[in-house]
Amino acid sequence: MRYQSQQVAWLFFAGAMVLFLAQVLFGVLAGLIYVYPNFLSELLPFNIIRMIHTNALIVWLLLGFFGGTYYLLPEETERELFSVRLAQLQFWIFFLAAAAAVVGYLLGIHEGREFLEQPTWVKVAITISVLLFLFNVSMTLFKGRKTATAQVLLLGLWGAAIFFLFAFYNPSNLVLDKLYWWWVVHIWVEGVWELIMAGILAFLLIKVTGVDREVIEKWLYVIVGLSLFTGLLGTGHHYYWIGAPGYWQWVGSIFSAVEIVPFFAMVLWAFYLVYQGRRDHPNKAALLWCLGCPTVAFFGAGVWGFMHTLSPINYYTHGTQVTAAHGHLAFYGAYVMLNLAIITYAMPNLRGLQPFNQVLNMWSFWLMTSAMAFMTFTLTFAGVVQTHLQRVMGMSYMEVQDQLTLFYWMRLGAGVFVVVGAILFIYAVYGPVREQLTVQEAQAQPAE
Amino acid sequence: MGEGLTRAAARNIFYGGSLFFFVVFALLVAHSHYYAASSSIDVVGLNDAVVRGKRVWERHACINCHTILGEGAYFAPELGNVWLRYGGADDPAGAKDALTAWFQSMPSGVEGRRQMPNFNLSEQDMSDLIDFLAWVSRIKTQGWPPNEAG
Repeated sequence: MRYQSQQVAWLFFAGAMVLFLAQVLFGVLAGLIYVYPNFLSELLPFNIIRMIHTNALIVWLLLGFFGGTYYLLPEETERELFSVRLAQLQFWIFFLAAAAAVVGYLLGIHEGREFLEQPTWVKVAITISVLLFLFNVSMTLFKGRKTATAQVLLLGLWGAAIFFLFAFYNPSNLVLDKLYWWWVVHIWVEGVWELIMAGILAFLLIKVTGVDREVIEKWLYVIVGLSLFTGLLGTGHHYYWIGAPGYWQWVGSIFSAVEIVPFFAMVLWAFYLVYQGRRDHPNKAALLWCLGCPTVAFFGAGVWGFMHTLSPINYYTHGTQVTAAHGHLAFYGAYVMLNLAIITYAMPNLRGLQPFNQVLNMWSFWLMTSAMAFMTFTLTFAGVVQTHLQRVMGMSYMEVQDQLTLFYWMRLGAGVFVVVGAILFIYAVYGPVREQLTVQEAQAQPAE
Repeated sequence: MGEGLTRAAARNIFYGGSLFFFVVFALLVAHSHYYAASSSIDVVGLNDAVVRGKRVWERHACINCHTILGEGAYFAPELGNVWLRYGGADDPAGAKDALTAWFQSMPSGVEGRRQMPNFNLSEQDMSDLIDFLAWVSRIKTQGWPPNEAG
């Protein structure tokens, strides 16, 4: 670690891990209720549990993005962060607002639009915190070296903040409500967040492969270009059945079908660069996450997204467990694995150690990734059965759900393994150091 | 690999192309906004009761179990067409009574069956919420869902 101010990333990564744990625990709780529907039903209804599951996910991913940005920006701009104190202040506003939101949910205090359930004052606090963050990192970039990696990352972060403002607009016409709700939800995860993902991956690939920045950043622009060229009009795949005009079936089908291309390009990019790499970086666990992230994102977001994105297919699958399957693997591959990659890369430097506990870390990678894959398969099978029975045969919703119990049991099992994997990861990265590369080993392989 | 393309050219294509596609997207959404405000909904029917009903819907986070027009959680039935499932098109009074009775009888407490909480809705809340659901069932959704099961 070359810059003292990078140390502030530690705080964000720690906060992220607390909420990561909350997210997966509430996920298992929700999965348990699918098979024991009476469990907790009087005390803590399913809607609150799911709200915490999804909100904790979004908030910890954002904390990871903030931490990752604070970590990489000094190295990219070749100067200290504009203000460490501002970063700390911004962290605590964000973290306490998120914690207050979760406690509020448990007490039944919430709004009612999916993923945007935060009470208005929490939304305002989040906005203030994000603006402080953007001011801090933009000033750092403004005064320092302006690399393409940093610029793409910051563009993604600014985009995320700007499109979040649509969360404050809630028209009483449900169709308009949905039209702009997607400006937050879709344009985040299939638009500007892909810029954040590609930016952080570019930084990691430059570090672990040692390939010339010029080459990596050229392809970075190609990838983020493909993301937005396809992703913006790809929003149309959410406009098929909500009361929007019929042309979205054409626009959405065509553009969202090619949303798979940037994800495939990211896989090629990462593997090609590692193949070309002159450097044998000692942090093998970080390398594994760097390759795993685009690969699982390609399957989760790309393949599983494509599977039900064409409007004649989506007509039958819309709002079934197929959507749930896609959502789980896409978020895990694209954004969870991205954060775990930057954390795995950064933590040895933040703790002033050589890469440590790498075997344990890689175990957590395989455990979590195979459990998420299994969960996705079970939900996909559940979704296919549901689509046929309910949408083709016309059986009633609850009758169909009774047919899916076996799949929900297997999903619960997969969820338990995800929790074990998450705990293993946190222990490997934050826990006691059991094995560490010696300085000689690390120096034999020049790297930073 | 791609020697003909420089980083500067790739950057310009990214910024120019993204701006272009954003403008196209924004124009289409502007048209869709107009369409959604005038053509696909029951404009006259969007009265105070329906607006209040949407607030009831949000206050109790119904969307974190149910779906509405296919969006939401997938834990409980689709409600975009619940009004039609209850026969509201032919017998509005009967459907309203049946839905009110449903809210009041929750939770069912049946073992092994998903439980909907009792939200202690007032008469006014129930009436508004049902008006909202009835209004939603009249949105022109390009023929979705495929059948009454939702």
